[in-house]
Amino acid sequence: MKGRGPELLREHVGRLKTRMGACYPGSHAVFRGHDLHVELRGMDWIELYIFGITGRRFSPEQIELLHAIWVYTSYPDARLWNNRIAALAGNVRSSANLGIAAALAVSEATVYGGQAGCRAMEFFLRARVELEKGVNLETLVLQEACKRRIYGYGRPINSSDERIPWLMALARRLGLDQGQHVKLAFDVERVLLTRYPQLRINYAALHAALIADLGLSMREYQLLRIPTFLAGMPPGLIEAADKPEGSLFPTPCDGVAYEGIEKRQWRR
Amino acid sequence: MSDIDPKHLIHTRIWQEEPEPDNPFAARAAFCRGYDVFGEMVGKARWVEMLFLLFRDELPETATLDMLEALSVALANPGPRDPSIHAAMCGGVAGSTAAASLIAALSVGAGRYGGARDVFDAMAAWGICGTDLASWQAHVAGAPADPADIWPRGEHPPGFDTYGISTATTVSQLLSKLALIGKTSCLTWLDGHRQQLEQVVGLPLAISGVAAAAFADLGFTPKEGEMLYLLLRLPGAAAHALEQGEYGYKRFPFYALDLEDDPTRKDAA
Repeated sequence: MKGRGPELLREHVGRLKTRMGACYPGSHAVFRGHDLHVELRGMDWIELYIFGITGRRFSPEQIELLHAIWVYTSYPDARLWNNRIAALAGNVRSSANLGIAAALAVSEATVYGGQAGCRAMEFFLRARVELEKGVNLETLVLQEACKRRIYGYGRPINSSDERIPWLMALARRLGLDQGQHVKLAFDVERVLLTRYPQLRINYAALHAALIADLGLSMREYQLLRIPTFLAGMPPGLIEAADKPEGSLFPTPCDGVAYEGIEKRQWRR
Repeated sequence: MSDIDPKHLIHTRIWQEEPEPDNPFAARAAFCRGYDVFGEMVGKARWVEMLFLLFRDELPETATLDMLEALSVALANPGPRDPSIHAAMCGGVAGSTAAASLIAALSVGAGRYGGARDVFDAMAAWGICGTDLASWQAHVAGAPADPADIWPRGEHPPGFDTYGISTATTVSQLLSKLALIGKTSCLTWLDGHRQQLEQVVGLPLAISGVAAAAFADLGFTPKEGEMLYLLLRLPGAAAHALEQGEYGYKRFPFYALDLEDDPTRKDAA
């Protein structure tokens, strides 16, 4: 057989080779080639986070935009699917860390959140390449919409997204509203609305477009967006933990609509 | 008649509960696919029968269930060398919560390298290629990658051992045993054509590949197989996490380090 064989594994036994960093307890810590405490200790947390992902530095305006992207979508509504998990964890007296970690994990969803955002960004990056080759935008968008869903347009509960005017106003103030991908995101909306009036641009598309304009790849964006909904989670968890145990969204037996096979005898 | 807003109902084809007369939140009886769980199944049903019923309306032949049970035994503990168990032990050794250790095993055991996504991909391959060697050859050569997938691109044909030289004895033993017990189509074909398939793919079969064939024979979809692979490997994660908690972190490897971008060395240079 022509497989790689175990040699590569043997080379890595018992040893971590890294360029990313290390901690030396009692001495110092290295973060992507910098002494964390000597060189990076004054960094804003999000600035450090995106530096950790990309190895690149970003302007104060870009960092302010990242803060705002997360602030504007921090909704402490415990009915939202991801937040509900954090709140349920609080109400059943689970650990707060477990509740929030699970809520963050499910935020990589398809209907909203991580997967929707990544797919929106991948489309924008791919579309830019196609447009540069001379492909017509309308043709590209409508073909894509026919073949598969274009993520970042339309919304499960209400098609209008209240976050967008606020974020665009800030992007304008910061001079970050004229990027190629942001323009493309709104151009795509214009084309979609001619055929699908419910497919208005949503936060996932604008979020992805703004980040694409910062020069991040889809994989970098996947990492960057992990804490997007984080700040909205603890309030619901705290309140649910203050309620009597088991009293958040309690479901009586008739709250379940059974649609399966009729009762039958166990014969085996 | 329920006075609950229909929009607030949970819909299910799996589970039905009847309330106690004095408390709508306490179940007098629970039915799984129509069978009385506490009144009849408990004490009579096998665990794999319950497991199967949760996914399907009807139970398969006994031999098929025997095959699922045998597979469950084989998958129960990937062992401490497996990355998912390693992750669970990192939880156990430092006193993390029980759930955190299992979440660690699930997250690391979810991936495309030997994890549940490998099983998902391998089951998708079974759906495309079936028992046709030429189809496997074409699939291995040109399986398209989805660039927008949140899962990183696979680096090996799913269900095969990236670093293998020959088929591990444990893998061939499991395959032969499952084929013998279940006498199902994919497993039987795989057992009979394993060497030819490995020749075509260029790698030896992995345990995830055997599991994928078994799940396909059980009639599960790739999504169901992915879930079951995550679920059935958890017992070992639990046991090893607890065991490392007993040994303590001083007896758990921390490993040597080669930092290739060390600012203190830059200063020295």
